[in-house]
Amino acid sequence: MDVLAGKVKVTSKTLDQTMKPAELMDHPIRLSARDVTVHYGEKQALHGISIDIPDRAVTSFIGPSGCGKSTFLRCINRMNDTIEGAKVGGKIELDGEDIYSPDLDVVELRARVGMVFQKPNPFPKSIYDNVAYGPRIHGLAKSKADLDEIVVSSLRKAGLFEEVKDRLSEPGTGLSGGQQQRLCIARAIAVGPEVILMDEPCSALDPIATAIIEELIDELRENYTIVIVTHSMQQAARVSQKTAFFHLGNLIEHGDTEDIFTNPVNKQTQDYIMGRIG
Amino acid sequence: MNALVIAALLLVLLTVSYQVGWSRSRKLADGKDTRLHSRPIYHGVLAALFAVLPAIVIIGLWALFSQSVTNSFILAQLPAEVAQQEPFAVQSAIARVQAIASGYGVIGEPTAAETAAASAYASFQQLSFLGVIAAAAALGAGGLFWAQRRIAPRLRARTEVEIFVRLALIACSTVAILTTLGIVLSLLADALRFFSFINPLDFFFGTTWNPRFQSAGTGSAGEYGLLPLLWGTVMISIIAMLVAVPIGLMSAIYLSQYAHERVRSVVKPIIEILAGIPTIVYGFFALVTVGPFLSGLGEAIGIDIRATSALTAGVVMGIMIIPFISSLSDDILGQVPRTMRDGSLGLGATQSETIRKVLLPAALPGVVGAVLLAVSRAIGETMIVVLAAGNSPVLRANPAEPTSTVTVSIVNQLTGDADFTSPQSLVAFALGLTLFAMTLLLNVLALYIVRKFREQYE
Repeated sequence: MDVLAGKVKVTSKTLDQTMKPAELMDHPIRLSARDVTVHYGEKQALHGISIDIPDRAVTSFIGPSGCGKSTFLRCINRMNDTIEGAKVGGKIELDGEDIYSPDLDVVELRARVGMVFQKPNPFPKSIYDNVAYGPRIHGLAKSKADLDEIVVSSLRKAGLFEEVKDRLSEPGTGLSGGQQQRLCIARAIAVGPEVILMDEPCSALDPIATAIIEELIDELRENYTIVIVTHSMQQAARVSQKTAFFHLGNLIEHGDTEDIFTNPVNKQTQDYIMGRIG
Repeated sequence: MNALVIAALLLVLLTVSYQVGWSRSRKLADGKDTRLHSRPIYHGVLAALFAVLPAIVIIGLWALFSQSVTNSFILAQLPAEVAQQEPFAVQSAIARVQAIASGYGVIGEPTAAETAAASAYASFQQLSFLGVIAAAAALGAGGLFWAQRRIAPRLRARTEVEIFVRLALIACSTVAILTTLGIVLSLLADALRFFSFINPLDFFFGTTWNPRFQSAGTGSAGEYGLLPLLWGTVMISIIAMLVAVPIGLMSAIYLSQYAHERVRSVVKPIIEILAGIPTIVYGFFALVTVGPFLSGLGEAIGIDIRATSALTAGVVMGIMIIPFISSLSDDILGQVPRTMRDGSLGLGATQSETIRKVLLPAALPGVVGAVLLAVSRAIGETMIVVLAAGNSPVLRANPAEPTSTVTVSIVNQLTGDADFTSPQSLVAFALGLTLFAMTLLLNVLALYIVRKFREQYE
């Protein structure tokens, strides 16, 4: 464990601002997955993943490229449905409801489980229309004033409002990378989701924009269940309370972030955190 | 024979000079510390260019001017009074001499002067060809000699070859531009001759089209109002677009967004077959199938639809254009980044909402471009309208009646036996110019729209 000492210092320092594991006790389970498998055609991408994800906390998925973390994330709002040849097995429950049951409406599910993607992908529309997109589709606003209210509050929650309040009618694609990503977060929030999935949301951003997004994630966890896929272990340590380590389509180890980083049980997790694999 | 000799000469020049350049430069580098700036292959190519290009220039010049040179040579052999005849008679005298020289028969006994001129011409022809070949070979050899003297380790053969490549590419694109320019100018010249008979105002704003063929040559010109034809063209194009745009776009959306890969791989080629059907076949499909069907349909619901009408031509033309629009739109929709689609689906939008609100707006510039391209095709389309539109150049609004278009009228005016100095034929050039201006305008408009959307979204 001596070798870990350097790392522990860094992580424990940053963890000071986040919740202690004990506080997590009163966060009920929001999402639970049992034995989830995914096949892309002949190839099996996930081998039976079982995990519980707590409410109003940040859970991070870490692991080397191609380990299945993004694939599993995309199972949670059924984005794998849009990939031809993808087959999902097992069970995922959101508030005790099977999201793969034939009775469930995918559109409704995706309104409850929002997603932020790896590359900022604002629509080629104005900033206002980008945020208003979801509420308009789901008919969340009864009047123009309602819609304005939703847009402004979503942009505020995403920490973007002050920067763009004078140019809401300008195209969202004209913003900087970090601003675009916050716009995408605002867009997801505007629908009023309960869970927000983030697929490596900072991998296309510079360090300053990354720091802003991380701060934002930390604020958002008060109201949302957040699952974030990241390939940066520092980021996982900084923003999450729970961490799950994936490797080659298997869930190797999961638990409180502090435990995973300071005291990993599994040898593979240890190696990954030490930078020996990946 | 001549062509073979020229080809052989160029080939020999090419191989020899390439070899010389390659091996000379190789020798420079062999076993010494000197490093060549360019690889031997570039030295070879450069030497070949220096040898072959002058030869090609000489042969090209000869090809350009040989006709006028031989003509004046033959004229000089013939009695002086021949040259004083009308241009047309002079031409036929020259042709007679050439025919005698080449051994073909001529009408009537050749005169002594003609025979003499013919034999002189024959030897002149041989001599001039030999001269040209010799000159080309000499220049080629000179070029090679100069090129191989230039070969040195620091000679920037690679850079020079690149300059040649660039010049060659510029020359190719210039050909396209000059051809366009040439077509416009030749159209313009004849159109101006037409306007010396007919007032342009009467042409562009006249509402009656009646060229009166029987009066050709009598000085009475007939009426050439463009509007009935223009309206026919516009009406048929609009009908074609009303058919093609919805069907083409929707099949593109189905193919790119909904269809399973296996369905797509079968359906797409089938739709594209439509584009391969000759338009004349579409024409009689319109004439024997669609026209009677539409007229029967009209009868059944109490509307009088003629079998050959703007409607028939427009519908069939629309069918012809479907693959244009579907194929282009399919490509364009495929280019919209997948992340955009995922973003919308991830917000809980349905597939059709995603298509309407995100994909189509993002693809719009491309789709508009595709549609305008299709419109210019519809405007220029001829065979379908010749057969199916009824050829009735009368200004009327009802698409169920026969009509005529600009292209059909061009065909009619040029297939008669009126000569090319009468307004009856010359009007075709004015019509062609109008058509050209219309498509040009559409293309400019398409570019403008596409650019405007790009500015907005990039």
